[in-house]
Amino acid sequence: MAIGADITGPGRPARAWLLPLAGRVEGFVLPVAALLTGFLAFAVFLLFLGKSPVDFYALVYKAGFGTAFSWTNTLSRAAPLLFAALCVAIPARLGLVVIGGEGAIVLGGVMTGGLAAALAGWPALIAMPLLAIMAAVVGGLWIGAVGALRQWRGVNETIASLLMAYIAIALMNHLVEGPLRDPASLNKPSTAPLAETLKVGDLPGWNVHWGLVLGILGCIFAWVLIERTTLGFSARIAGGNVRAAQVQGLPVGKLVIGFTALGGAFAGLAGYFEVSAVHGSANASLASGYGYTGILVAFLARHNPLAIIPVALLLAGFEASSGLVQRRMDLPDATMLVLQGFVFVAILASETFTGRIDLVGWLSKGGRA
Amino acid sequence: MSAEPDIPVAVYAKPDGAKTAVGIETVGMTMRFGSFTALDNVSIEVRPGSFHALLGENGAGKSTLVKCIMGFYHATSGNLLIDGFDGGVTDPRDAHAKGLGMVYQHFTLVPALTAAENLVISRADVPAVIDWDAEMKDLTAFMNAMPFRVPLTEPVHRLAAGEKQKLEILKQLYLGRRFLILDEPTSVLTPDEADEVLGHVRKLCEAGELSVLMISHKFREVTAFADEVSVLRRGKYVGGGLVRDLSHQDMAAMMMGDAKPVDPAPREATEGAAVLALENVRARDRSGLKDIAIDALSVRAGEIVGIAGISGNGQMELMEILTGQRPLAAGRMTVHGAPYHATRAEERGLKVRYLPEEPLHNACAPRMTVAENIGFRSFETGRDKPRFWLAPGEMKRRAERLVAEYKVKTASIESPIASLSGGNVQRAVLARELEGEVDLLVISNPCFGLDFTAVAEIRRRIMTARNQGAAVLLMSEDLDEILELADRVLVMSEGSLVYECTAAEADIPTIGHHMGGHA
Repeated sequence: MAIGADITGPGRPARAWLLPLAGRVEGFVLPVAALLTGFLAFAVFLLFLGKSPVDFYALVYKAGFGTAFSWTNTLSRAAPLLFAALCVAIPARLGLVVIGGEGAIVLGGVMTGGLAAALAGWPALIAMPLLAIMAAVVGGLWIGAVGALRQWRGVNETIASLLMAYIAIALMNHLVEGPLRDPASLNKPSTAPLAETLKVGDLPGWNVHWGLVLGILGCIFAWVLIERTTLGFSARIAGGNVRAAQVQGLPVGKLVIGFTALGGAFAGLAGYFEVSAVHGSANASLASGYGYTGILVAFLARHNPLAIIPVALLLAGFEASSGLVQRRMDLPDATMLVLQGFVFVAILASETFTGRIDLVGWLSKGGRA
Repeated sequence: MSAEPDIPVAVYAKPDGAKTAVGIETVGMTMRFGSFTALDNVSIEVRPGSFHALLGENGAGKSTLVKCIMGFYHATSGNLLIDGFDGGVTDPRDAHAKGLGMVYQHFTLVPALTAAENLVISRADVPAVIDWDAEMKDLTAFMNAMPFRVPLTEPVHRLAAGEKQKLEILKQLYLGRRFLILDEPTSVLTPDEADEVLGHVRKLCEAGELSVLMISHKFREVTAFADEVSVLRRGKYVGGGLVRDLSHQDMAAMMMGDAKPVDPAPREATEGAAVLALENVRARDRSGLKDIAIDALSVRAGEIVGIAGISGNGQMELMEILTGQRPLAAGRMTVHGAPYHATRAEERGLKVRYLPEEPLHNACAPRMTVAENIGFRSFETGRDKPRFWLAPGEMKRRAERLVAEYKVKTASIESPIASLSGGNVQRAVLARELEGEVDLLVISNPCFGLDFTAVAEIRRRIMTARNQGAAVLLMSEDLDEILELADRVLVMSEGSLVYECTAAEADIPTIGHHMGGHA
């Protein structure tokens, strides 16, 4: 007997028009509550360290969002987070938890740095898109392989993607310290610097590179794909219940491989912009944890590509303030990771409340219950 | 009240000692969950030594009542009397100590252990070190005092389903329970096994050693074995009495009340060419240890082929083969003579539709809306070429039309499908799968867990699809359902089709023998 499961049952006067709304309210309230819970828990942590949480959050605001300069810093950091979060969110709509976007970022960057040397004399109009595409392809192949392993060999995609991220980082270290190393890079082994013509410039009038715009376009593209096309609908069916998708004859295997590859391609683009717009060459700085922060962004956005945009900005602000907070408050450099950890645990815990909060029942009783 | 299990100890330690049946009575028992009343002032009496049947549709409150008796729930109001005294059962452990026990629909035995081991570990007072010699002596004495027995040293997984159910009942007696609730105890048994087990239980009741309250859906079993019956409907006691005074029609009328199920659709004469054909199909079963072997299976247009069998004999794997989820090791599957792999294009081109069992878990995305779930079959079909852009407006109009046509009760087509009751989920899936022309319909346990009205309506729709020329393959654990619908009956046992007959020559005992693999 499913008592209370039938919302049309007696004594449950649900207002029909509230139903879709309630789902959306939940999708907003739960992550925000989780975020605040994480911040609160971190405040307690700071108190244990004898630091003032008020000072901390005030500093974060100032360094991340307070001035035009801090916004510039935040926006530059948001670009790779947008791409990295898409690498988690797109496969997540198929029910896959891919956490190894860092590997695709790193390989996309190495591909850019390595290939740029070979394309030195090419016109920018051809060479730049080619570099971006090749970075996306290598990222797509890397994460697509995770999907293929899952589909054909039953390998858990979460573990496979994480392990492959370590392989990718080792591969990068090998390449930039060996075959692709620029002999001029002494202290920090790197590939040869990109020719100036191949570098991605800033948005006109801003001190922020074009990766931000591409990242936002990527999020919109992913949202349209998932929510507005039949292909995305197939993926949502498979993510909602893979057995139902199979009975409907949907090509689940192709969807799994295609969507993981697409996610990986976006992560590869993050690597492309890191090299061509930020670092100027591929080196160990590529593995700076954007892939992992992207996981948090995607989960906070509940894998909705449009929600990724504001969430990525918020977390980019925290990353941007990291240096100032460390210096001013004399906190260790792992501080931001601790904060992210608190928020992540809170968001994972909040998932258990999904569907438990009876907003419709509450609203239809006039909010009295 | 003490929860110490000293009563059972006393009983099984002295197999020749006092073993008298316990009687119970509920007095005005009411159970509310929020504003929903699941049980409304229900008073029934199970006299010591009687075999009492509890009838009612799904959601009538049967489970709630027995859960109140066993102490899983605490009734909002009302009392439980045990042997005429206030029972005051606080929790299941307390109920056990007072001699109340329950046998569930599915087995609660540890398959890898022997019967003896299962019996000993089920006790509340198992010592840290078990003296198996002494235990075996006790157990043998206990078994010898019973009217039926089960091999003690055989691992439980080697026992047949009927033997397992007997062992479940023996376990309750061994633990000193003298009042037993049997929750649809025969649903996993063949008709023969069911008769044997219930016959033994009835003898124990007649001997005054046991009282029984049996939840059942099967009138035949109620008439054959029970002496009294109580009927619940929508949480209320609506009637009952001595079984010998009541006909099946009387009981059905009490269960349904005013609700009149639709008349079954008449079976029209049809003939057609073979639509589905399986030849020499071989595939691994779920355990990977045994083979599914279907030498020949064909279903022609305008025919319902029913596959009977006890669950776990390869029906699930056959469904997976037919839906393309289980690769074939050998053999051919064709629809209309064309090789068939259940891709979306083939399903659409050859007009193949599916109704898997437990539709919410096998045919729906629970958190997607009713409209989206109804759109699964058709979301990408445009007027002349496949759509790229989703058409939510058209999806909604289609859903609204089908929801009205199939009388799906839902607050809104935008509600998640998981919020619907089982019957309405099945109606929504049926609406989706039967829309348009259907050449082949593959169905598994379509009416499991649904009430009379939904069952009658869904069977009528299946029969109508057949009359309109669809080939229907119906796999069901409910033999009555197969006998009602099928033109041809096949029996599946241990992964193979072992028996075939036409509906006219179908004979329950013969089919039962083949289901049990005894023939």
